[in-house]
Amino acid sequence: MTAAGQQLGWSPDEMMAVASARALADATTCFVGIGLPSTAANLARRTTNPGLVLIYESGTIGAKPQVLPLSIGDGELADTADAVVPVPEIFNYWLQAGRCDVGFLGAAQVDRFGNINTTLIGRDGQPDLRLPGAGGAPEIAAHAGKVLITVRHSVRVFVERLGFVTSVGFGRGDGDRERLGMRGAGPTQVLTDLGVLEPDPATSELTLTACHPGVTVEQVREATGWPLKFADDVATTPAPTAEELAVLRELQERTREAHRAGS
Amino acid sequence: MAVLTSLREAVAELVHDGDTVALEGFTHLIPTLAGHEIIRQERRDLTLVRMTPDLVYDQMIGMGVARKLVFSWGGNPGVGSLHRFRDAVENGWPVPLEVDEHSHAGMANRYVAGASHLPFAVLRGYQGSSLADRSATISTVTCPFTGERLAAVAAMNPDVTVIHAQRADRSGNVQLWGILGVQKEAVLAAKRVIVTVEELVDELDSRPGAIVLPSWVVTAVAQVPGGAHPSYAAGYSTRDNAFYSAWDPISRDRDTFTAWMAEHVLDPARVVS
Repeated sequence: MTAAGQQLGWSPDEMMAVASARALADATTCFVGIGLPSTAANLARRTTNPGLVLIYESGTIGAKPQVLPLSIGDGELADTADAVVPVPEIFNYWLQAGRCDVGFLGAAQVDRFGNINTTLIGRDGQPDLRLPGAGGAPEIAAHAGKVLITVRHSVRVFVERLGFVTSVGFGRGDGDRERLGMRGAGPTQVLTDLGVLEPDPATSELTLTACHPGVTVEQVREATGWPLKFADDVATTPAPTAEELAVLRELQERTREAHRAGS
Repeated sequence: MAVLTSLREAVAELVHDGDTVALEGFTHLIPTLAGHEIIRQERRDLTLVRMTPDLVYDQMIGMGVARKLVFSWGGNPGVGSLHRFRDAVENGWPVPLEVDEHSHAGMANRYVAGASHLPFAVLRGYQGSSLADRSATISTVTCPFTGERLAAVAAMNPDVTVIHAQRADRSGNVQLWGILGVQKEAVLAAKRVIVTVEELVDELDSRPGAIVLPSWVVTAVAQVPGGAHPSYAAGYSTRDNAFYSAWDPISRDRDTFTAWMAEHVLDPARVVS
């Protein structure tokens, strides 16, 4: 926890979840990855966007879980869903057909053009570190109306160039998405525990547009593996409200209880 | 028509060394105990296929049954890495593991093509992804009507598909519901099909959202209650989240893993017949 967060009474992870939930305020449908994106999307349903339709790749459409799922196929998701469809259908009819406004992804590494690696870290395609792999992400990144990425900020995560591109953001820069035939807008925001990065409208390069309270531009640049450009007027993210924090903490506590009870 | 048999006999007769074998079940209805039987019968050089290789494939890979893995996401959901899978890929232990790696959309469509007995499936996918450079089963095709360039993935037709379902009747008709994953496609794509079920019943009454796989597309049905643990069977059990967490330290170390498998899987006292 940063000194500022301690003084102000929230953790960087909480700020990241709150900022991510706010980014979903206007969405109708969100294709949700497990982990940080799922936390943010479920917080959004309880704060900024109660009507948000959550879609998980297990085929659960309109899931309304009472606790955060540990996997994308927890029974809680199926039991609370408006519809449960087979996996080929969720990808072909719902995602590929352009029926998801927002795709919300995590990442192991993100480069300066918002491309994501979740496959391996190594040289010449040989893994020194083997990661879980693609899952639904390459097609979520291509087909969702827009993409949000949430990940903790560090130089190991935010790298100049990826050794392996699992899911494409803006490729090597402006115009690449169109050349690749990708229909969605790509990553419009990267929400971290330090601030918010957005693509430069001219170059598509990720640029710092907001710092969370108590975080400096210099801190974010030091945690980024390329010379991070920043906006002329870097905003300060509004602090989490008491209600946002209360709802998030209650959700996480209920989740811990439920997963303990299930053991 | 499907025969009702024991899991041991089904695996002995239908799963051979060198086969391409798919155990499917998307988080729900994972045929874990069938995987254990394949381990006990010491099958070797299998090409294992599964969208989400999780604990059961970590166990099978760690016990040396696989030569190759075809998959799209290999982790311990909500927990972290699959340590035996990583050890095989990173260090070749206990044997080297070749991988053919896809996205979920690609894998799902490979099964759709397989079930349809088509040579390949078409999708919009893999654009700009390094995955396309590394797999011989990902290519492109030009739409003859619009000229659009699309991704093509080779059909997946396993020698054997294994699934777990809630119920079967005594004629071998299989009923499953809840999260259905890619099981129907994986079954229809396969040359031979083994289904383990929670329960054998006289009659399959209707259930919301249930599908039935008719007996004549299934080769063998075995009653194996709890056969999906630590995954679950909706209506019969809940996901054992604690076991998924417990697997992390068990699987991290080769000796701990080997000892756990000896006690919990290889021990004849635990065999499901």
